[in-house]
Amino acid sequence: MPAIRCDALSKTYRVPEREPGLWNAAKSLIHRRTRDVEAVQSVSFEVAPGEVVGFLGPNGAGKTTTLKMLSGLLNPSSGQVRVLDHEPFRRERGFLQQITLVMGNRNQMVWDLPVADSFARNRAIYRLQRTDFNETVAELTELLDLGELMAKPVRNLSLGERMKCEVAVALLHRPQILFLDEPTLGLDVTMQRRIRTFIAEYNQRVGATVLLTSHYMADVEALCKRVIVIHQGQLLFDGALVDLVQQFAPHKTIVVDLEREGLDLSGYADSVSVDGSRVTLLVPKSAAAQTTGRLLAELPVVDLTVEEPPIEEVIEQVFSQQHTSK
Amino acid sequence: MSRGFGDIYLTLFGLELSVMFQYRAAVVIWLLGLVLQPVVYMVVWLRVAEAKGGKVGDFDAGSIVAYFLVMMLVNHATFTWHMFEMGWRVRSGFYNAILVQPLHPWHRDVLANVAYKVLALGVILPVAALLAWYFEPTLQPPLWAVAAFVPAVILAFFTRFLFEWALGLLAFWITDTSGLNNLYMAFILIFSGRLAPLDLLPPILQTIAAWSPFEWMVAFPVELLLGRLTPEQTMHGLAMQVLWIAIGFAVMQLTWVRASSRYSAVGA
Repeated sequence: MPAIRCDALSKTYRVPEREPGLWNAAKSLIHRRTRDVEAVQSVSFEVAPGEVVGFLGPNGAGKTTTLKMLSGLLNPSSGQVRVLDHEPFRRERGFLQQITLVMGNRNQMVWDLPVADSFARNRAIYRLQRTDFNETVAELTELLDLGELMAKPVRNLSLGERMKCEVAVALLHRPQILFLDEPTLGLDVTMQRRIRTFIAEYNQRVGATVLLTSHYMADVEALCKRVIVIHQGQLLFDGALVDLVQQFAPHKTIVVDLEREGLDLSGYADSVSVDGSRVTLLVPKSAAAQTTGRLLAELPVVDLTVEEPPIEEVIEQVFSQQHTSK
Repeated sequence: MSRGFGDIYLTLFGLELSVMFQYRAAVVIWLLGLVLQPVVYMVVWLRVAEAKGGKVGDFDAGSIVAYFLVMMLVNHATFTWHMFEMGWRVRSGFYNAILVQPLHPWHRDVLANVAYKVLALGVILPVAALLAWYFEPTLQPPLWAVAAFVPAVILAFFTRFLFEWALGLLAFWITDTSGLNNLYMAFILIFSGRLAPLDLLPPILQTIAAWSPFEWMVAFPVELLLGRLTPEQTMHGLAMQVLWIAIGFAVMQLTWVRASSRYSAVGA
């Protein structure tokens, strides 16, 4: 049985709308105009237990709305959703005990009190046995290096420190499903790596299912074998990350180190950038093999590598293709 | 109450107290408002009684002082503030974190209220004693009335809490509920006996008060401790409180189900 199953899941928001200005403000008193915004349109997918899936899309794509429906915060407008065989929006205790939602831009701890107090609060709310709780806290403290932070008031933590604590407090009850919405938002590279390493370890140790949204592709590449791409509320791609690159990457990058500088490689590719004796060529994917062969045969090559484009570029390509096809 | 719930309540109560300690100054300022308002009404009614030859209705100076002093304590024990926070909570996405936890949000608000009231007792009781020493109230309730006063205050708190919490939930439909809250405050000021003892109001207003939950939120426990009620009236009052709590709970739950299904979980 899948851990998460969505079938034609949709969410439509009704938002008020009016032109600027005093006259329009007065008119809206009598006739309130609204517009339906289809944030998520008939999205279907399944996630197996223990799977880590990246949920990608530009701002306003519908990622967070989907996560909110899956975690029970929002009532879907139509479609079916089952998470651990529960209907999320019913928010039954048995369901909420098994999930967690971490939102990178939200504080879920007690702002005015030391971090340890937020831990104590969650221990009580999730009705955790003290021995289990103490064991989990010790483990999380070690893994995330929380020792000195526990006595600090939440309001005095730096963003990175707070996010470490947010993640820890959200996992105290050892949830089986993690909905992580931009968990590394605003963090420096070291802290991002720390958080993602921790998530990977948690996934392996507990066998938890993880659905992750992030604008940092390093997070996705490090954690997710599978990605779901959503744009303007519609599902564009659901499959392995490598397949996404295969399917949507328009070109490959060939980096050549030559024996000497000053050689003209403009005949090999449309886009050529030169840095001393190192030349980078951007070639259509279909022409990569042939161009590589020509380079090796015709030039004094010291070293040559063929690289896939950065994942950010691939995603951008997915969205631009979607935009062009509309 | 299960052991789990006892643990939740004790832990959250401790945390709420800790938060209140962080805002000592704000607690005292709130209390000043709670103390000043009944003292002003008391002084006004004392002047009215004086002008009328020492009595207004069947209230003499001593019983007017007693009424407003007890009312000050009952109002402190029963007032809630969450209706004023609900708009902010909905707009800011505060409920995002709360709704995914296995605990109905009203438990936290009950505990925040109780924590505030317990903490503030350390200030309001000495203030009440000082006012009593200065104004000399006439207060000689029978022992049974003192015993009945305790459950009456607790029931009054829950009556008020449930209706005000349900009213606050209208923030899920209306962006700015401050106007509605102020209208409610005007009603409770008149019909709960905070502005004047209900016996001094015109009969039509007394009837409205008796048929509304307001009388049972403040005036009933006050009059009980003043010894103005018979045992039969007391039993009737307690029954009315239980009835209004049942209605309030149903209204609150119904409103909560509809409000939370309407929640659009603000923010990205």
